[in-house]
Amino acid sequence: MRTSFASRLGLTLETAAAWLLALLWAAPVLYAVWAAFHPTGYATRFELTAPLTLQNFVSAWDAAPFGRYFLNTVLLVCFVTGGQFVLCTLAAFVFARSRSRWMSALFAIVLVQLMVMPDMLIVENYRTMRALGLVDTVFGIGLPYLASAFGIFLLRQTFLQIPAELEEAARLEGCGPWAILWRLYVPLAKPTYLAYGLTSVAYHWNNFLWPLVVTNSVNTRPLTVGLAVFASTDQGIDWAIISAATLLTAAPLLLGFLLFQRQFVQSFMRAGIK
Amino acid sequence: MRMPRFLHAWLMLGPALLLLAAFTHVPALATLWHALFSTPTPRRPAVFVGLNNYAALAEDPIFWQALWNNLLYALGTVPMSIALALAMALWVNGRLRGRTAMRIAFFTPTVLPMIAVANLWLFFYTPDYGMIDRLTRLLLGWGPTNWIGSQETALGAMMAIAVWKEAGFFMIFYLAALQAIPPSLLEAASLEGASRGRIFWRVTLPLLGPTTLFIAVNAVINSFRLVDHILVMTQGGPDNATALLMTYIYETGFRFWDTAQASALTGVLLAVLAVIAALQFSLLGRRTHYR
Repeated sequence: MRTSFASRLGLTLETAAAWLLALLWAAPVLYAVWAAFHPTGYATRFELTAPLTLQNFVSAWDAAPFGRYFLNTVLLVCFVTGGQFVLCTLAAFVFARSRSRWMSALFAIVLVQLMVMPDMLIVENYRTMRALGLVDTVFGIGLPYLASAFGIFLLRQTFLQIPAELEEAARLEGCGPWAILWRLYVPLAKPTYLAYGLTSVAYHWNNFLWPLVVTNSVNTRPLTVGLAVFASTDQGIDWAIISAATLLTAAPLLLGFLLFQRQFVQSFMRAGIK
Repeated sequence: MRMPRFLHAWLMLGPALLLLAAFTHVPALATLWHALFSTPTPRRPAVFVGLNNYAALAEDPIFWQALWNNLLYALGTVPMSIALALAMALWVNGRLRGRTAMRIAFFTPTVLPMIAVANLWLFFYTPDYGMIDRLTRLLLGWGPTNWIGSQETALGAMMAIAVWKEAGFFMIFYLAALQAIPPSLLEAASLEGASRGRIFWRVTLPLLGPTTLFIAVNAVINSFRLVDHILVMTQGGPDNATALLMTYIYETGFRFWDTAQASALTGVLLAVLAVIAALQFSLLGRRTHYR
């Protein structure tokens, strides 16, 4: 009886600790929701009877070209993720099918990017972009990320698990390498594409430093850079409007995550497990 | 028939390899090369200066402070986010009440942009009427503290944000690893009368070894890479208290436009990464029997 009481007490304490941590983790977002949906005066006062309003979102939207920023981010994310799918699929296909020692050496060189990321090479990459005349273009923001070692690695691991007999059968039916890739490998790797796509969209939706360096006008700035410019210049300390703008920026990913949180977590797990 | 197959392979590999080389491998080497020259100005083209840029770094107190800060930052954030990530994964994977809500709460920071996160925390850290000062006043009776404006607390405040942002992401890797542990193993241990604590220390934790190494390497890389919140919240201040290698590279390269010095700084960063890679391989070598 005593041990069961002790273990129940332990479990209660553990539950309390877990809940406290969860509350701590949710607090900034919960606060942003509170501040964004109430008039400015309530940003630091918490009263249950505070009136609700959407005015902060309207003010934020009107105060900066968020529509344009959204468009830029969506273009960027589509370009990067689409390009990554194509390039990484092709490269992973070759790496998965090759048995040669040269190819594995080449693969090891590719994997260097898992550690030395374009994010860290902003000085040289800026120099390259200036030479190519791609400074301040959405194309220029996305280009360094198109060939991703992470994507190649992930897809290669998936392709390696496809049984050789299936490929043999396809070849006997007269399929060439392109047909084998398109009709056999790609459909079988669908869950990996979803997982990689989600992590990639989240990464590039949220990326900041490189876009900050390589853009300098409203027409190319993605949301993150736009939000930073907005929060640092125009608004002073109107927390209600800054909270509204912050939520706007994060809304598509946040809503997607809240609606499909199980699939989201499973996809991130799949991307990480390899 | 061999020729077409060979050609196919290079057609497929070509674009990815070209871009990888152009934006990762070549710039990494070019940075080391450019660090040996002076910064070109309109009146004077770049001239070869040997290791002078590195010598200038060695005499630059801000560089040493940024390096030291970055070391503290890594030492502070990496173990903390790993420990929290493990606790979160165990809780979410266990039988506690409300674990779906918990999983949402832990994971949400991962999908938020660091810039958005910075705005939210900026308010939490506001002296006097910010959330943290209200709490410390209520619970501990402290006066107002300028968390991100004073030398003593600024770096810690930045570290707290990084831990908050990353722990939930690393939780995912532990969750995946925990779910891959065969239940029969844990059942066998508990049939033999091992307590929950003993099972955790003797069975679960050793099995999580490779995952922990993987997370640790990623966390260390992130502690050198992810500086968005510092750039918008403190710009490395006050008085360089939150300057890290990456913020100093940005400042040197894109505020002062001293590209030669920024290249030398990037060279230092690459050296740090090389050390991390070497450590990882030596640890992996010893632990291969887990896989």
